[in-house]
Amino acid sequence: MYTNGYIFRYAAIMVIIAAALLSLAAVLLKPFQERNMAIEKMGGILASAEVEGVETANTIELFNRFVVEELVVDKDGNAAPYKDGKMEDGPAFKIDMKKELYKKSKGEAFHLPIYLINKDGKTVYVLPLRGTGLWGPIWGNIALKEDFNTVVGVTFDHKGETPGLGAEITTAAFCDQFVGKTIFGDDGHFMSIMVVKGGAQKLPQNMQIHGVDAISGGTITSDGVNAMIKDVLSAYLPYIKKQRAQ
Amino acid sequence: MSKEQKEREPLFSTKNIKLLTTPLNLSNPITVQVLGICSALAVTAKLMPAIVMSISVMVVMAASNVVISLLRNGIPPRIRIIVQLVVIATMVILVDQVLKAFVYDVSKQLSVFVGLIITNCIIMGRLEAFAMGNKPWPAFLDGIGNALGYGLILVVIAFLRELFGSGTIFDFRVIPQGFYDFGYVNNGLMILPPMALITVGVIIWIQRYYTRELIEEN
Repeated sequence: MYTNGYIFRYAAIMVIIAAALLSLAAVLLKPFQERNMAIEKMGGILASAEVEGVETANTIELFNRFVVEELVVDKDGNAAPYKDGKMEDGPAFKIDMKKELYKKSKGEAFHLPIYLINKDGKTVYVLPLRGTGLWGPIWGNIALKEDFNTVVGVTFDHKGETPGLGAEITTAAFCDQFVGKTIFGDDGHFMSIMVVKGGAQKLPQNMQIHGVDAISGGTITSDGVNAMIKDVLSAYLPYIKKQRAQ
Repeated sequence: MSKEQKEREPLFSTKNIKLLTTPLNLSNPITVQVLGICSALAVTAKLMPAIVMSISVMVVMAASNVVISLLRNGIPPRIRIIVQLVVIATMVILVDQVLKAFVYDVSKQLSVFVGLIITNCIIMGRLEAFAMGNKPWPAFLDGIGNALGYGLILVVIAFLRELFGSGTIFDFRVIPQGFYDFGYVNNGLMILPPMALITVGVIIWIQRYYTRELIEEN
Protein backbone atom coordinates (compact mmCIF):
# COMPACT_ATOMS: atom_id res chain seq x y z
CA MET A 1 0.00 0.00 0.00
CA TYR A 2 3.00 2.29 0.37
CA THR A 3 4.73 2.63 -2.98
CA ASN A 4 8.43 3.25 -3.31
CA GLY A 5 7.65 6.69 -4.66
CA TYR A 6 5.65 7.53 -1.54
CA ILE A 7 8.47 6.31 0.70
CA PHE A 8 11.02 8.43 -1.12
CA ARG A 9 8.81 11.51 -1.08
CA TYR A 10 8.05 10.98 2.59
CA ALA A 11 11.72 10.63 3.50
CA ALA A 12 12.75 13.64 1.45
CA ILE A 13 10.13 15.96 2.90
CA MET A 14 10.83 14.77 6.44
CA VAL A 15 14.56 15.42 6.07
CA ILE A 16 14.00 18.88 4.62
CA ILE A 17 11.69 19.85 7.49
CA ALA A 18 14.15 18.54 10.07
CA ALA A 19 17.03 20.39 8.41
CA ALA A 20 15.08 23.64 8.28
CA LEU A 21 14.14 23.37 11.96
CA LEU A 22 17.69 22.69 13.06
CA SER A 23 19.19 25.48 10.96
CA LEU A 24 16.67 27.91 12.35
CA ALA A 25 17.49 26.90 15.92
CA ALA A 26 21.22 27.14 15.26
CA VAL A 27 20.90 30.66 13.83
CA LEU A 28 18.59 31.91 16.57
CA LEU A 29 20.60 30.51 19.48
CA LYS A 30 24.04 31.41 18.18
CA PRO A 31 24.36 34.82 19.93
CA PHE A 32 23.59 33.22 23.32
CA GLN A 33 26.02 30.39 22.76
CA GLU A 34 28.80 32.74 21.67
CA ARG A 35 28.20 34.85 24.75
CA ASN A 36 28.64 31.76 26.91
CA MET A 37 31.85 30.84 25.14
CA ALA A 38 33.21 34.37 25.59
CA ILE A 39 32.38 34.19 29.29
CA GLU A 40 34.18 30.88 29.56
CA LYS A 41 37.23 32.34 27.81
CA MET A 42 37.28 35.31 30.19
CA GLY A 43 36.90 32.96 33.14
CA GLY A 44 39.92 30.98 31.99
CA ILE A 45 42.04 34.11 31.62
CA LEU A 46 41.10 35.31 35.11
CA ALA A 47 41.55 31.87 36.66
CA SER A 48 45.07 31.49 35.27
CA ALA A 49 46.06 34.73 37.00
CA GLU A 50 44.58 33.24 40.19
CA VAL A 51 41.89 35.91 40.47
CA GLU A 52 39.49 34.66 43.13
CA GLY A 53 35.72 34.59 43.28
CA VAL A 54 35.10 34.17 39.56
CA GLU A 55 31.62 32.83 38.82
CA THR A 56 29.61 32.70 35.64
CA ALA A 57 27.44 35.61 36.76
CA ASN A 58 30.24 38.05 37.56
CA THR A 59 32.87 37.00 35.01
CA ILE A 60 32.30 39.86 32.58
CA GLU A 61 32.38 42.47 35.32
CA LEU A 62 35.55 41.03 36.87
CA PHE A 63 37.18 40.72 33.46
CA ASN A 64 36.60 44.37 32.71
CA ARG A 65 37.86 45.32 36.16
CA PHE A 66 41.01 43.20 36.43
CA VAL A 67 42.24 43.30 32.85
CA VAL A 68 43.89 46.69 32.55
CA GLU A 69 45.37 46.36 29.09
CA GLU A 70 45.37 44.09 26.08
CA LEU A 71 48.28 43.66 23.69
CA VAL A 72 48.39 42.31 20.17
CA VAL A 73 51.86 40.96 19.53
CA ASP A 74 53.29 40.23 16.08
CA LYS A 75 56.00 37.78 15.15
CA ASP A 76 58.79 40.33 15.57
CA GLY A 77 57.71 41.08 19.11
CA ASN A 78 56.08 44.45 18.46
CA ALA A 79 53.06 45.04 20.63
CA ALA A 80 49.98 47.10 19.85
CA PRO A 81 48.35 48.13 23.15
CA TYR A 82 44.65 48.58 23.78
CA LYS A 83 43.79 50.39 26.97
CA ASP A 84 40.63 52.41 26.66
CA GLY A 85 37.15 51.08 26.33
CA LYS A 86 35.74 47.79 27.40
CA MET A 87 38.26 44.98 27.53
CA GLU A 88 35.76 42.47 26.15
CA ASP A 89 35.56 44.51 22.95
CA GLY A 90 39.33 44.75 22.57
CA PRO A 91 41.07 43.51 19.42
CA ALA A 92 43.13 40.98 21.41
CA PHE A 93 40.03 39.30 22.77
CA LYS A 94 38.70 38.74 19.26
CA ILE A 95 41.81 36.94 18.05
CA ASP A 96 41.25 33.33 17.07
CA MET A 97 44.31 31.43 18.33
CA LYS A 98 43.66 28.53 15.99
CA LYS A 99 43.85 30.73 12.89
CA GLU A 100 46.91 32.65 14.08
CA LEU A 101 48.85 29.51 14.98
CA TYR A 102 47.96 28.06 11.59
CA LYS A 103 49.37 31.17 9.94
CA LYS A 104 52.50 30.74 12.03
CA SER A 105 52.89 27.13 10.90
CA LYS A 106 52.66 28.40 7.31
CA GLY A 107 55.38 30.94 8.00
CA GLU A 108 53.01 33.88 7.50
CA ALA A 109 52.63 36.97 9.68
CA PHE A 110 50.55 36.31 12.77
CA HIS A 111 49.16 38.21 15.75
CA LEU A 112 48.78 36.87 19.26
CA PRO A 113 46.96 38.33 22.27
CA ILE A 114 48.34 39.12 25.71
CA TYR A 115 46.19 40.22 28.64
CA LEU A 116 47.64 42.39 31.38
CA ILE A 117 45.93 41.78 34.68
CA ASN A 118 46.42 44.06 37.65
CA LYS A 119 46.55 41.86 40.69
CA ASP A 120 47.40 43.43 44.05
CA GLY A 121 49.25 46.24 42.30
CA LYS A 122 51.42 43.91 40.25
CA THR A 123 50.98 43.18 36.57
CA VAL A 124 50.38 39.60 35.52
CA TYR A 125 50.77 38.71 31.84
CA VAL A 126 48.31 36.10 30.59
CA LEU A 127 49.16 34.30 27.36
CA PRO A 128 46.51 32.07 25.78
CA LEU A 129 47.60 28.62 24.61
CA ARG A 130 46.25 26.24 22.03
CA GLY A 131 47.36 22.83 20.84
CA THR A 132 46.25 19.29 20.17
CA GLY A 133 45.49 16.50 22.61
CA LEU A 134 44.54 12.92 21.86
CA TRP A 135 41.01 13.30 20.51
CA GLY A 136 40.82 16.97 19.67
CA PRO A 137 42.05 20.45 20.48
CA ILE A 138 43.27 21.45 23.92
CA TRP A 139 43.71 25.04 25.02
CA GLY A 140 44.38 27.13 28.07
CA ASN A 141 46.15 30.13 29.51
CA ILE A 142 49.49 30.63 31.18
CA ALA A 143 50.00 33.61 33.47
CA LEU A 144 53.51 34.98 33.96
CA LYS A 145 54.93 37.43 36.47
CA GLU A 146 56.47 40.73 35.42
CA ASP A 147 59.84 39.01 34.99
CA PHE A 148 58.29 36.99 32.11
CA ASN A 149 59.80 33.94 33.71
CA THR A 150 57.86 32.74 36.75
CA VAL A 151 54.48 31.12 36.27
CA VAL A 152 51.63 32.58 38.32
CA GLY A 153 49.13 29.96 37.24
CA VAL A 154 47.71 28.01 34.33
CA THR A 155 44.37 26.74 33.16
CA PHE A 156 43.67 24.05 30.61
CA ASP A 157 40.59 22.91 28.84
CA HIS A 158 39.85 20.41 26.14
CA LYS A 159 37.25 19.42 23.61
CA GLY A 160 37.00 15.73 24.31
CA GLU A 161 39.95 14.13 26.09
CA THR A 162 39.33 10.83 27.86
CA PRO A 163 37.52 11.38 31.18
CA GLY A 164 39.66 10.27 34.11
CA LEU A 165 42.83 10.19 32.01
CA GLY A 166 43.64 13.00 29.58
CA ALA A 167 40.75 15.10 30.84
CA GLU A 168 42.56 15.36 34.20
CA ILE A 169 44.59 18.26 32.74
CA THR A 170 41.76 20.57 33.82
CA THR A 171 42.03 19.58 37.50
CA ALA A 172 43.63 21.76 40.14
CA ALA A 173 45.95 18.88 41.05
CA PHE A 174 47.57 19.09 37.62
CA CYS A 175 47.45 22.86 37.13
CA ASP A 176 48.79 23.75 40.59
CA GLN A 177 52.07 22.04 39.76
CA PHE A 178 52.88 24.84 37.33
CA VAL A 179 52.77 27.61 39.93
CA GLY A 180 56.25 28.99 40.61
CA LYS A 181 57.93 27.10 37.76
CA THR A 182 60.13 29.12 35.41
CA ILE A 183 60.33 29.10 31.65
CA PHE A 184 63.91 30.36 31.29
CA GLY A 185 67.07 28.56 32.44
CA ASP A 186 69.75 30.21 34.60
CA ASP A 187 71.72 31.06 31.47
CA GLY A 188 68.71 32.80 29.95
CA HIS A 189 67.84 30.00 27.52
CA PHE A 190 64.17 29.37 26.80
CA MET A 191 63.33 26.07 28.48
CA SER A 192 59.51 26.07 28.32
CA ILE A 193 57.84 23.85 30.93
CA MET A 194 58.19 20.16 30.42
CA VAL A 195 55.39 17.75 31.24
CA VAL A 196 57.44 14.74 32.25
CA LYS A 197 56.17 11.19 32.00
CA GLY A 198 57.15 9.36 35.18
CA GLY A 199 57.42 12.55 37.21
CA ALA A 200 59.47 15.71 37.29
CA GLN A 201 61.89 14.20 39.80
CA LYS A 202 63.33 12.17 36.91
CA LEU A 203 64.87 15.39 35.61
CA PRO A 204 68.32 16.54 36.75
CA GLN A 205 68.21 18.66 39.91
CA ASN A 206 68.71 22.00 38.15
CA MET A 207 65.99 21.22 35.61
CA GLN A 208 63.22 20.37 38.03
CA ILE A 209 62.12 23.99 38.20
CA HIS A 210 61.09 23.62 34.54
CA GLY A 211 59.21 20.33 34.86
CA VAL A 212 55.85 19.02 36.10
CA ASP A 213 54.47 15.49 36.44
CA ALA A 214 52.54 14.11 33.47
CA ILE A 215 49.25 12.26 33.93
CA SER A 216 49.40 8.47 34.20
CA GLY A 217 47.40 6.93 31.38
CA GLY A 218 47.16 10.30 29.65
CA THR A 219 50.46 10.21 27.79
CA ILE A 220 49.33 11.69 24.50
CA THR A 221 47.37 14.48 26.19
CA SER A 222 50.36 15.20 28.46
CA ASP A 223 52.66 15.30 25.45
CA GLY A 224 50.13 17.60 23.80
CA VAL A 225 50.26 19.99 26.76
CA ASN A 226 54.05 19.87 26.68
CA ALA A 227 54.15 20.66 22.96
CA MET A 228 51.44 23.31 23.27
CA ILE A 229 53.31 25.28 25.95
CA LYS A 230 56.57 25.05 24.04
CA ASP A 231 55.14 25.97 20.63
CA VAL A 232 52.92 28.81 21.73
CA LEU A 233 55.45 30.35 24.09
CA SER A 234 58.08 30.27 21.37
CA ALA A 235 55.68 32.24 19.20
CA TYR A 236 55.61 34.88 21.94
CA LEU A 237 59.39 34.65 22.42
CA PRO A 238 60.42 37.71 20.38
CA TYR A 239 58.13 39.89 22.52
CA ILE A 240 59.15 38.22 25.78
CA LYS A 241 62.86 38.59 24.96
CA LYS A 242 62.39 42.28 24.18
CA GLN A 243 60.68 42.80 27.52
CA ARG A 244 63.34 40.85 29.41
CA ALA A 245 66.12 42.84 27.75
CA GLN A 246 64.72 46.09 29.09
CA MET B 1 -7.79 18.43 21.91
CA SER B 2 -10.98 18.51 19.91
CA LYS B 3 -14.31 18.78 21.59
CA GLU B 4 -15.50 15.56 20.08
CA GLN B 5 -12.72 13.61 21.67
CA LYS B 6 -13.36 15.17 25.05
CA GLU B 7 -16.86 13.79 24.99
CA ARG B 8 -15.61 10.33 24.24
CA GLU B 9 -12.98 10.30 26.92
CA PRO B 10 -12.02 12.86 29.58
CA LEU B 11 -8.45 14.21 29.37
CA PHE B 12 -7.47 12.62 32.64
CA SER B 13 -9.47 9.42 32.57
CA THR B 14 -8.38 6.52 34.75
CA LYS B 15 -6.74 4.98 31.72
CA ASN B 16 -4.78 8.13 30.98
CA ILE B 17 -3.74 8.60 34.60
CA LYS B 18 -2.45 5.04 34.52
CA LEU B 19 -0.19 6.01 31.60
CA LEU B 20 1.43 8.53 33.90
CA THR B 21 1.68 6.41 37.02
CA THR B 22 2.56 2.87 35.93
CA PRO B 23 6.02 3.85 34.64
CA LEU B 24 6.79 5.22 38.09
CA ASN B 25 6.62 1.77 39.61
CA LEU B 26 5.14 -1.24 37.82
CA SER B 27 6.78 -0.65 34.44
CA ASN B 28 9.62 1.63 35.47
CA PRO B 29 11.94 2.03 32.49
CA ILE B 30 15.10 1.61 34.54
CA THR B 31 14.30 -0.78 37.35
CA VAL B 32 11.75 -3.02 35.62
CA GLN B 33 12.49 -2.78 31.91
CA VAL B 34 16.20 -2.19 32.61
CA LEU B 35 16.56 0.38 29.81
CA GLY B 36 18.57 3.58 29.77
CA ILE B 37 21.08 2.24 32.29
CA CYS B 38 24.02 3.82 30.45
CA SER B 39 22.94 7.38 31.11
CA ALA B 40 21.71 6.48 34.60
CA LEU B 41 25.27 5.55 35.48
CA ALA B 42 26.94 8.39 33.67
CA VAL B 43 25.16 11.55 34.78
CA THR B 44 24.24 10.75 38.38
CA ALA B 45 27.41 11.74 40.23
CA LYS B 46 25.71 15.05 41.10
CA LEU B 47 22.03 16.00 41.43
CA MET B 48 22.04 18.99 39.10
CA PRO B 49 23.13 17.16 35.92
CA ALA B 50 20.76 14.31 36.77
CA ILE B 51 17.81 16.68 36.96
CA VAL B 52 18.73 18.52 33.77
CA MET B 53 19.17 15.17 32.07
CA SER B 54 15.74 14.02 33.27
CA ILE B 55 14.10 17.20 32.02
CA SER B 56 15.87 16.89 28.68
CA VAL B 57 14.73 13.29 28.32
CA MET B 58 11.21 14.33 29.27
CA VAL B 59 11.08 17.05 26.62
CA VAL B 60 12.52 14.77 23.95
CA MET B 61 10.30 11.85 24.89
CA ALA B 62 7.04 13.81 25.10
CA ALA B 63 7.73 15.78 21.92
CA SER B 64 8.80 12.81 19.81
CA ASN B 65 5.91 10.73 21.13
CA VAL B 66 3.45 13.43 20.05
CA VAL B 67 5.09 13.94 16.66
CA ILE B 68 5.22 10.22 15.88
CA SER B 69 1.66 9.77 17.11
CA LEU B 70 0.48 12.58 14.78
CA LEU B 71 2.32 11.03 11.86
CA ARG B 72 1.48 7.44 12.73
CA ASN B 73 -0.98 6.87 9.90
CA GLY B 74 1.34 8.23 7.23
CA ILE B 75 4.63 6.64 8.21
CA PRO B 76 5.58 3.91 5.73
CA PRO B 77 6.23 0.81 7.89
CA ARG B 78 9.36 -0.07 5.96
CA ILE B 79 11.17 3.10 7.07
CA ARG B 80 9.42 3.67 10.39
CA ILE B 81 12.55 3.15 12.52
CA ILE B 82 14.40 5.71 10.40
CA VAL B 83 11.53 8.17 10.75
CA GLN B 84 11.51 7.66 14.52
CA LEU B 85 15.25 8.21 14.70
CA VAL B 86 15.08 11.39 12.64
CA VAL B 87 12.41 12.77 14.97
CA ILE B 88 14.35 11.83 18.10
CA ALA B 89 17.64 13.14 16.71
CA THR B 90 16.05 16.46 15.74
CA MET B 91 14.56 16.90 19.22
CA VAL B 92 17.83 15.98 20.91
CA ILE B 93 19.87 18.43 18.86
CA LEU B 94 17.32 21.15 19.62
CA VAL B 95 17.52 20.40 23.36
CA ASP B 96 21.32 20.32 23.20
CA GLN B 97 21.43 23.71 21.46
CA VAL B 98 19.04 25.25 23.98
CA LEU B 99 21.10 23.90 26.90
CA LYS B 100 24.28 25.30 25.34
CA ALA B 101 22.60 28.68 25.00
CA PHE B 102 21.02 28.97 28.44
CA VAL B 103 22.65 26.58 30.93
CA TYR B 104 26.15 26.37 29.53
CA ASP B 105 27.84 25.02 32.67
CA VAL B 106 25.44 22.11 33.03
CA SER B 107 25.61 21.43 29.33
CA LYS B 108 29.39 21.09 29.65
CA GLN B 109 28.99 18.62 32.49
CA LEU B 110 26.50 16.54 30.54
CA SER B 111 28.78 16.78 27.48
CA VAL B 112 28.15 13.81 25.22
CA PHE B 113 25.30 12.39 27.23
CA VAL B 114 22.73 14.83 25.88
CA GLY B 115 23.68 13.68 22.40
CA LEU B 116 23.40 10.11 23.59
CA ILE B 117 19.73 10.61 24.48
CA ILE B 118 19.28 9.68 20.81
CA THR B 119 20.37 6.15 21.61
CA ASN B 120 18.38 5.95 24.84
CA CYS B 121 16.38 2.76 24.36
CA ILE B 122 13.47 4.07 26.44
CA ILE B 123 12.59 6.67 23.82
CA MET B 124 12.81 4.34 20.83
CA GLY B 125 10.93 1.74 22.83
CA ARG B 126 8.03 4.05 23.67
CA LEU B 127 7.77 5.33 20.10
CA GLU B 128 7.66 1.83 18.67
CA ALA B 129 5.48 0.30 21.39
CA PHE B 130 3.09 3.14 22.15
CA ALA B 131 3.15 6.23 19.96
CA MET B 132 2.86 4.27 16.69
CA GLY B 133 -0.55 2.97 17.77
CA ASN B 134 -2.09 5.68 19.95
CA LYS B 135 -3.53 9.17 19.73
CA PRO B 136 -1.34 12.20 20.50
CA TRP B 137 -2.71 12.97 23.97
CA PRO B 138 -2.21 9.48 25.44
CA ALA B 139 1.16 9.37 23.67
CA PHE B 140 2.13 12.65 25.31
CA LEU B 141 1.13 11.34 28.74
CA ASP B 142 2.98 8.11 28.10
CA GLY B 143 6.11 10.07 27.24
CA ILE B 144 5.85 12.24 30.34
CA GLY B 145 5.12 9.21 32.51
CA ASN B 146 8.08 7.21 31.30
CA ALA B 147 10.39 10.21 31.57
CA LEU B 148 9.16 10.72 35.15
CA GLY B 149 9.88 7.08 35.95
CA TYR B 150 13.34 7.47 34.47
CA GLY B 151 13.93 10.80 36.19
CA LEU B 152 12.73 9.51 39.55
CA ILE B 153 15.34 6.77 39.60
CA LEU B 154 18.03 9.15 38.31
CA VAL B 155 17.32 11.66 41.05
CA VAL B 156 17.32 9.00 43.78
CA ILE B 157 20.64 7.61 42.58
CA ALA B 158 22.15 11.07 42.17
CA PHE B 159 20.97 12.09 45.65
CA LEU B 160 22.64 9.08 47.26
CA ARG B 161 25.80 9.39 45.18
CA GLU B 162 26.24 13.10 45.79
CA LEU B 163 25.47 12.77 49.50
CA PHE B 164 27.86 9.93 50.20
CA GLY B 165 30.36 10.63 47.44
CA SER B 166 30.87 14.36 47.85
CA GLY B 167 29.01 15.13 51.09
CA THR B 168 26.95 17.76 49.28
CA ILE B 169 23.43 18.27 47.92
CA PHE B 170 23.19 20.63 44.94
CA ASP B 171 26.82 21.51 45.76
CA PHE B 172 25.84 22.71 49.25
CA ARG B 173 27.77 21.00 52.01
CA VAL B 174 25.28 19.05 54.13
CA ILE B 175 27.57 16.78 56.10
CA PRO B 176 28.86 18.98 58.92
CA GLN B 177 32.57 19.64 59.31
CA GLY B 178 32.42 17.94 62.71
CA PHE B 179 31.93 14.56 61.04
CA TYR B 180 35.11 15.03 59.05
CA ASP B 181 36.99 16.04 62.19
CA PHE B 182 35.94 12.72 63.68
CA GLY B 183 37.51 10.91 60.76
CA TYR B 184 34.51 10.57 58.41
CA VAL B 185 35.61 10.49 54.78
CA ASN B 186 33.58 10.86 51.60
CA ASN B 187 33.23 7.55 49.83
CA GLY B 188 35.15 8.11 46.61
CA LEU B 189 33.72 4.89 45.18
CA MET B 190 30.26 6.49 45.09
CA ILE B 191 31.50 8.95 42.46
CA LEU B 192 32.46 6.11 40.12
CA PRO B 193 29.95 4.42 37.78
CA PRO B 194 30.15 0.93 39.41
CA MET B 195 28.51 2.23 42.58
CA ALA B 196 25.68 3.68 40.48
CA LEU B 197 25.04 0.22 39.12
CA ILE B 198 25.03 -1.23 42.63
CA THR B 199 22.68 1.55 43.75
CA VAL B 200 20.33 0.65 40.89
CA GLY B 201 20.50 -2.95 42.07
CA VAL B 202 19.60 -1.97 45.62
CA ILE B 203 16.70 0.16 44.38
CA ILE B 204 15.39 -2.80 42.34
CA TRP B 205 15.69 -5.02 45.41
CA ILE B 206 13.75 -2.61 47.61
CA GLN B 207 11.14 -2.04 44.90
CA ARG B 208 10.56 -5.77 44.45
CA TYR B 209 10.33 -6.27 48.17
CA TYR B 210 7.43 -3.84 48.37
CA THR B 211 5.82 -4.59 44.98
CA ARG B 212 4.90 -8.24 44.99
CA GLU B 213 3.37 -8.10 41.49
CA LEU B 214 6.84 -7.77 40.05
CA ILE B 215 8.09 -11.07 41.40
CA GLU B 216 8.13 -13.81 38.78
CA GLU B 217 6.46 -17.18 39.41
CA ASN B 218 9.65 -19.18 39.15
